[in-house]
Amino acid sequence: MLDLFRLRKHHGNQAIPDVVNSQLMESHRGFPVIDESKHPGSWQSVVDICPTGAITGEPLSIDLGKCIFCGECEKSSAGAIKFTSSHKTGTSDRERLIVGPGESYDTFRESAIESRREIHKLFGRSLKLRQVSAGGCNGCEMELSACSNVNFDMGRFGIDFVASPRHADGIVLTGPITNNMAPALMDAYRSIGEPKIVIAVGACAISGGVFSGSDRVNRNFLEEIKVDLYIPGCPPHPLTIINAILEFLGRA
Amino acid sequence: MSWLEIRNLQTVAVGEIPVLPIEEIRQQIIDRIAKGNRLVQFFGDRHAGNIPVYAVLADDESSRLYVASSVLKDEKSFTSMTPEVPAAHLFEREFYEEFGIEPVGHPWLKPLRKGIPGIDLSENQYGFFSMKGEEVHEVGIGPIHAGVIEPGHFRFSCHGEKVYQLEIKLGFQHRGVEELFVRNGSRPIYLEKLAESVAGDTVIGHAGGFIRAYEALAGIVVPRRAKMIRTVALELERIAVHLGDLSALSGDVAYLTGNSVFGALRTKVINTTMAICGNRFGRGLMKLGGVDFDITAGLRDRVLNTIDKLEAEVALASEVFFSSASVLERFETTGVVSKETASAIGMVGPAARASGVPVDVRSDHPFGGFEFLPVHKLTLPGGDVFSRAYIRFIEIQQSMKIIREQLVGLADGQIIQTTGSLRPGRLVISLTEGWRGEIAYVLITDSEAKIRKVKIKDPSFNNWFALSLAVRGEGISDFPLCNKSFDLSYSGFDL
Repeated sequence: MLDLFRLRKHHGNQAIPDVVNSQLMESHRGFPVIDESKHPGSWQSVVDICPTGAITGEPLSIDLGKCIFCGECEKSSAGAIKFTSSHKTGTSDRERLIVGPGESYDTFRESAIESRREIHKLFGRSLKLRQVSAGGCNGCEMELSACSNVNFDMGRFGIDFVASPRHADGIVLTGPITNNMAPALMDAYRSIGEPKIVIAVGACAISGGVFSGSDRVNRNFLEEIKVDLYIPGCPPHPLTIINAILEFLGRA
Repeated sequence: MSWLEIRNLQTVAVGEIPVLPIEEIRQQIIDRIAKGNRLVQFFGDRHAGNIPVYAVLADDESSRLYVASSVLKDEKSFTSMTPEVPAAHLFEREFYEEFGIEPVGHPWLKPLRKGIPGIDLSENQYGFFSMKGEEVHEVGIGPIHAGVIEPGHFRFSCHGEKVYQLEIKLGFQHRGVEELFVRNGSRPIYLEKLAESVAGDTVIGHAGGFIRAYEALAGIVVPRRAKMIRTVALELERIAVHLGDLSALSGDVAYLTGNSVFGALRTKVINTTMAICGNRFGRGLMKLGGVDFDITAGLRDRVLNTIDKLEAEVALASEVFFSSASVLERFETTGVVSKETASAIGMVGPAARASGVPVDVRSDHPFGGFEFLPVHKLTLPGGDVFSRAYIRFIEIQQSMKIIREQLVGLADGQIIQTTGSLRPGRLVISLTEGWRGEIAYVLITDSEAKIRKVKIKDPSFNNWFALSLAVRGEGISDFPLCNKSFDLSYSGFDL
C-alpha cells in the first residue's frame, strides 16, 4: 500500500497544462520554410529525392498533405528548405497544405483553419469521434490514442473517441483506404447521424502517402465525401492533432 | 541433396541454392522440424515463366540458416505439410493465394489478404468455422474495433461466456507493400521510408531488417558507431512498446494507476527517441549505410540520465503492479499457451519466450550491433497473460542495460558509409529481433542487379494463431486481455 502512495506521488500530474502554447523540442520536423534564394538553378534533384512526390519546382513548394516530414529534401537543398519545429500544421482546406517559397509559419497559420460558426455551435463543447483505420500502419493510430493519454488528455476539452459510430459526431480517417477496408469505412460513415464531420489524419489518409499508387488502395470514398479538417504528418504529433481540432471548433 | 547452410545476412548466389523436387522439400522440412529446426520462410516468386519456391529453416542453437528451393511450372498442386508441420499453415495459405497452386490436404485453406478461387474476403463467402449445439452462439467483432486500433475481424463460437473457438480473419490492412518494394526498387530513399511504414509501431525493427538486407546485397560495411546507435534505437523501441503494453494491460483489468503511470513512462521513452532523430517512433533515423542522426556527447548524457531515472520508476511501478492481487487474479493462468504448442505453431518473440521457448534473434542469429553484444535469452515457464506481461518488465530492464552499455562505450567515427550498388543474382535473409519477435526479410536480385523479390514476415504472422489458441476455454471477457498480452500487428501481417 505504501508503495502505491509512493508511486502516485512520484507520478505527480503528467498533463501538459497548456496544450495551445506549448512548444515541441527543436529536433521535431514541423512546418517547412522555403527560401529559394539559397539554391539557385534547377530544383529537379530536390523534387526527385522526395519519396512521396510532395515537392514541385518552379516555384519550389511542398505539399504537406503528401509530405512525410522525413527531411530528405532539407539535406539536399543547400538550405533552401528548412523544417522548423513549429507543429500546428492542420488546415481546413486541401489547397492550403501546399507551402510555397517565402511563406512564413505566421502567414500560413492566419488562414490555415477556418473555424465555422455552425461547427462551434454544434460541437464546440463536446465532440465525439469514431476513428477508422483504413490501411494505416498503426503510427497515426498510436498518436491518436496518445491524444487521450495522461500527458495530452484531450478529454479535458470534451473531445473523445467513442466505440460506436452511432455515438459519434464524425469520423477520423487514417490510412490510404485499402480495397478491403473501403466498404467498412463507408458503412461506418453512413452510420453516423447528421450533421457530421470528417477529419483526415496523416499523409496516407490525405494523399495515400507512401502507399499512393498501390493497386490495393481505393480512394473513391474521398471523391464522394468532403473532408473538413486535414492534419498532416507521418504520423502527426498529438499536439498537432489536438490544436487542429481545437481551432476547427473555434476554441483556440 | 543437402540444403545450403548460411548465416543471417550472408548473401548467396541464387544459382548456388539447391533445387529439389517440391515433394522432397516438403519431406525434408518435416524431418528437419522434427529435429528441432524452425520454419522461417516459405514463399514463391515469379521468374522466367516459372515459380521458384524458397524454403528457409533456422537452427537456432548453431546460428545457422538452411535454404533450398524448388521450381514449379505447370503443377496445379502439391502435398500440404501443414498436417505434420502446423507452423507451415499460414505460409501455405499465403502461397496458394499468390500462385493458385494448391497445398492438397491443407486443413484450413482460406484467403489471407486478397481472396482465393471461390472465396473472396467478403463476410458471407469466407466460411467461418461454425459450431452447432444448444445455446451455442457466435460473437463477431470488427473489422472496426471499439478502440483506436487497426482493423481485423474476430469470430467467437461460445457457449455461455466460454469461448470454444476463435477465428481471426485479417487482410483489411493489405496495401500491397511487397509489390511496392519491387516496383520502386531503384528508389532507395523511398524504400527506406516504405520499410518504416510496414508496421508503424516497429519502425526501427522493420527499417533495420530491410536496410541490413539491402546493405548485405550492396556490400556496404556499416560503421561501428552507426551500428551502436541503431541498437540503442531498437532497444528504445522495445522499451517504449513494452511500457505501452503494460499500460494497456492495466487498462484492460481496470487498474487505472498502472494505465496512467506506464503510459506516462512510455511518453518519456518515445520523447527520448524524438530527441535523437526528431520523430517519436524513430522515423528518419535508419539510413542505408548507417544512421542519419548522431548521438553527441550532450545527447548521450541526456539519454543516459533518462534511462537511469526511468529504471527506478519502472521498477517501482512494476513492483506495485505485479504485487496487486486484483491484477494477478486476472493475469495468472489466463490464456495459457503451452511450450509444446508454442513450438509446434512456430511462435516467436516475447510471447514464445513467455511460453518457455528460448528464441531470440539477437542471441540466435546476431545482426548489426548484436554481433559484438551477447544477449541472454529470457524465458518464463507459464505461457499465460502474467508471463507475457512479466517478460515485458524483465526485457525492459535488459534493454536498459544494453542501451547503457552501447552509449557508455559508443565507438568513435562515422555514422554513415556511402552506399554501394546491389550485386546481381543474389539472395539474402535478414532476421531482426523486433520488440514483437523475429522479423524476416528475404531480398533477391535479378541478373541486372534489380530487386526482383522482397518477402516480408512480421512476427505477427507467426503469433496470431497463438491468440486463437490462448482464448480457448476462457471467458469471452478475457479476450481483450489475451489480445493485448500478444499485441500483434495487423498492418505487419496484412502487408
